Amino acid sequence: MAEQMLDAKGLNCPLPILKAKKMLSGMQPGDVLVIEATDPGSVADFAAFCSQTGNELLESGQDGDVFKFKIKKV
Amino acid sequence: MAEETVADIKKKSLSIIVTKGSLDWAYPPFILATTAAALDYDVTLFFTFYGLALLKKDLNPKFTVLGNAAMEMPMFGTHIAMPNFMAMIPGVDAIAGAMMKKMIKDKGVASLSDLREAAVLSDVRMIACQMTLDLFEYKKEDLIDEIELGGAATYFDIAANSNINLFI
Repeated sequence: MAEQMLDAKGLNCPLPILKAKKMLSGMQPGDVLVIEATDPGSVADFAAFCSQTGNELLESGQDGDVFKFKIKKV
Repeated sequence: MAEETVADIKKKSLSIIVTKGSLDWAYPPFILATTAAALDYDVTLFFTFYGLALLKKDLNPKFTVLGNAAMEMPMFGTHIAMPNFMAMIPGVDAIAGAMMKKMIKDKGVASLSDLREAAVLSDVRMIACQMTLDLFEYKKEDLIDEIELGGAATYFDIAANSNINLFI
């Protein structure tokens, strides 16, 4: 189970989603993508992304101005 | 069809008729198309009338403050509306367009050419309206290579099988 990191800080909608999708495409099922973003809209958007694609949102949190997500590829 | 898998049957689809080619109106179709593709939708964009300009190899959409009553530019710590008469002053539209592009860059919003490239890379089908091409005397060579040509019947063939159909 590999873990990869995506720094989406400073990017606005829909770039964090597009970049996350691109990275997940190159990963194996069970792998985990950790994303850091500063777009407040990304909280709702990554939940919706996972609900639409079936990938598992393991974690959605905030540390200061940075939103952190963990997505497990199905 | 027997060979269809569950994933195929469940795959959602989106079509958008793109009718406008100015800088501000160009964003919604490309944002929605690339996002839907990232959500595993099959996506088709049908470009007609002024929307066709968004398929030009040389992508350089213009901007106007004319007839844009809700537009307020953040300036000097407040929001400044642009009255219609401003558009009559030579250079105002160009300056407003340049300001918009700077805001887009400063706020980490994708450029239109990046979004269009993302659409191409994520297999968004882009169909140029043949009639508009003829009407405005565009040649297929003026447009990016990844497009198809089609007409209203082509659109309905796609729309009738799409979950979501939008007109922008």
